[in-house]
Amino acid sequence: MSAAVSPIREPLIQGSKTYHQITEDICSPTERTPSMTWIIAFIVASAGLALYVFCLTWTIWVGIGSWNLNRTIGWGWDITNFVWWIGIGHAGTLISAILLLFRQRWRTGVNRAAEAMTIFAVICAGQFPLIHMGRLWLGFFIFPYPNTRGPLWVNFNSPLLWDVFAISTYFTVSLLFWYTGLVPDLATVRDRAKGLRRKIYNYMSFGWTGAAKHWQRFESLSLVLAGLSTPLVLSVHTIVSFDFATSVIPGWHTTIFPPYFVAGAIFSGFAMVQTLMVMTRKVLNLEQYVTLEHIESMNKVILLTGTIVGVAYLTELFVAWYSGYIYEQFAFYNRVMGPYWWSYVGMMSCNLLSPQIFWFKKIRRSVFWTFVMSIFVNIGMWFERFVIIGTTLARDYLPSSWSYYVPSWVEIGLFVGTLGLFFTLYLIFSRVAPVVAVAEVKQILKVAGDQYTGPNAHKAHHAKGAGVHH
Amino acid sequence: MFESANIHHTMANQSKEVLYGLYDDEQVLLQAVHKAKADHLDIMDVYTPFPVHGLDEAMGLSESRLHQVGFIFGAIGALTAFLFMTWVFTRDWPIIFGGKPYWSIPAFIPITFELTVLFSAIGMVVAYYTVCGLAPGVTNPTLDDRITDDKFCLAFQTNGASQQEIDKLKSFLSASGAEEINAKII
Repeated sequence: MSAAVSPIREPLIQGSKTYHQITEDICSPTERTPSMTWIIAFIVASAGLALYVFCLTWTIWVGIGSWNLNRTIGWGWDITNFVWWIGIGHAGTLISAILLLFRQRWRTGVNRAAEAMTIFAVICAGQFPLIHMGRLWLGFFIFPYPNTRGPLWVNFNSPLLWDVFAISTYFTVSLLFWYTGLVPDLATVRDRAKGLRRKIYNYMSFGWTGAAKHWQRFESLSLVLAGLSTPLVLSVHTIVSFDFATSVIPGWHTTIFPPYFVAGAIFSGFAMVQTLMVMTRKVLNLEQYVTLEHIESMNKVILLTGTIVGVAYLTELFVAWYSGYIYEQFAFYNRVMGPYWWSYVGMMSCNLLSPQIFWFKKIRRSVFWTFVMSIFVNIGMWFERFVIIGTTLARDYLPSSWSYYVPSWVEIGLFVGTLGLFFTLYLIFSRVAPVVAVAEVKQILKVAGDQYTGPNAHKAHHAKGAGVHH
Repeated sequence: MFESANIHHTMANQSKEVLYGLYDDEQVLLQAVHKAKADHLDIMDVYTPFPVHGLDEAMGLSESRLHQVGFIFGAIGALTAFLFMTWVFTRDWPIIFGGKPYWSIPAFIPITFELTVLFSAIGMVVAYYTVCGLAPGVTNPTLDDRITDDKFCLAFQTNGASQQEIDKLKSFLSASGAEEINAKII
């Protein structure tokens, strides 16, 4: 293999693993009976899912009037949640696609779980615009199909319709990318299984054999899908930001929105990946595959994107003042000092200030602080979307229509419920499929395993690689 | 494992007698493949637990043309989206939105882009599974369960081969570092 690995690179696979041990370590969690931790987590998550189903039924039964939206505040928690969830999805695609193009090896430890997270987050996100329509059973009206009303087409000039195309494409492509990567690993699980379990995994692994030509096509496909997903992921949150930026509402009508939304999406997504991976690696004993090196790399991304987002907040304030336009100035004055000042404080402290502790290497490599920070960032990014949506709509052009929006229990239940949906899906995933990409980890073993690289590498292997000296 | 006798029965015309060696290390396998090529041995296939770089070149496999499929489907997607929106807004049901022209090209860019990506991705993935013969429910005969774990397999087809030729292949496999040599009918 390539001996061109810098000696200062830290190993990404600990414990001097062999190929067989990698298979064993990553596949065995799907073969054991679930641990008590998993069972408790699953009960809690599915209770959340039940709450979601209840609140969804309530919304459809009673109508959208069961929410506290009103004439001016047409978007509340629903769209806040939509943007929050869709943003979370972005980290998975970033890890699986953009880091593949940049040949970042540390992605292999976390890409499978992160891509799964993307798919589940997009499922959660997709709920909200649909429910928000009020008449859910007419949801298919958003697609341009030949209908008996003319046919009357959808408005292809509307960012809301662009969103339909962006989110559906994003979901489909992410799903294809994820499952195609999963097929060889499901075949590994299949070949370890017997009886009915073997039949099920045989079905799911599509008859994979590991033939050289299949691998060659697999690699070609992965590379092109990564190339397609990279602009796709940037386009999705850009288009989500167009929902706001193309309107004429002060505080929304800004050209900074696309890059600022994309940075925020990656920021919040990495926080959710950290939340999940810190728990997953502990519960499934995968600390040797999702190492502190992985966690540190992701914390660096969080620090970078958090700071970009922070600079965007400050730029917005400056530009509002500099524009000399009183409505824009008021919109931002209102964000900071208005009735929702607490959400602005939450946003600023969680997103701009708190990630700055990641300048310290010790904290970047601390599992405890990573977990705490990941929760902070998740909360902060939810506040950001609420600041943009809630505070802006509560104070529009006409002071007579100003009001203060508080969500109803149904809206809160729907949000908490999607968390239940998300974690239920993730917990099921962690039981039925390898949460770390088995084949990809094996592929980097000889350049990233701790017996081959780093301070504990065996001398024998060093002797092989010409020109490597201690 | 699979009922090889059953497969033999139903696919009598296609059944293959295979002699294969299992290697423990991809580098040893790669050298074996190079050597087999140099000795003009006819390799049936090579099976590995993960993609081994350089293997396709060593085997003389031609480059995958999947990216061309991706380009063609992407182009179809782009044209579908752009021409459809053009037809709807200039021919079928022209409506003025915000005083803009009917044929408002910049506003068509996002959907054109999304459908380019969508068509390209779906086209490539469908093409990939089709040419590889992989699909839900397909059961392809495999030589050894450990090939998806930690064994690298070099296989020769031996239908109609004489005992002398089989012995030659066996000695090649053991000389090139195969840890196990087996024969199987698939």
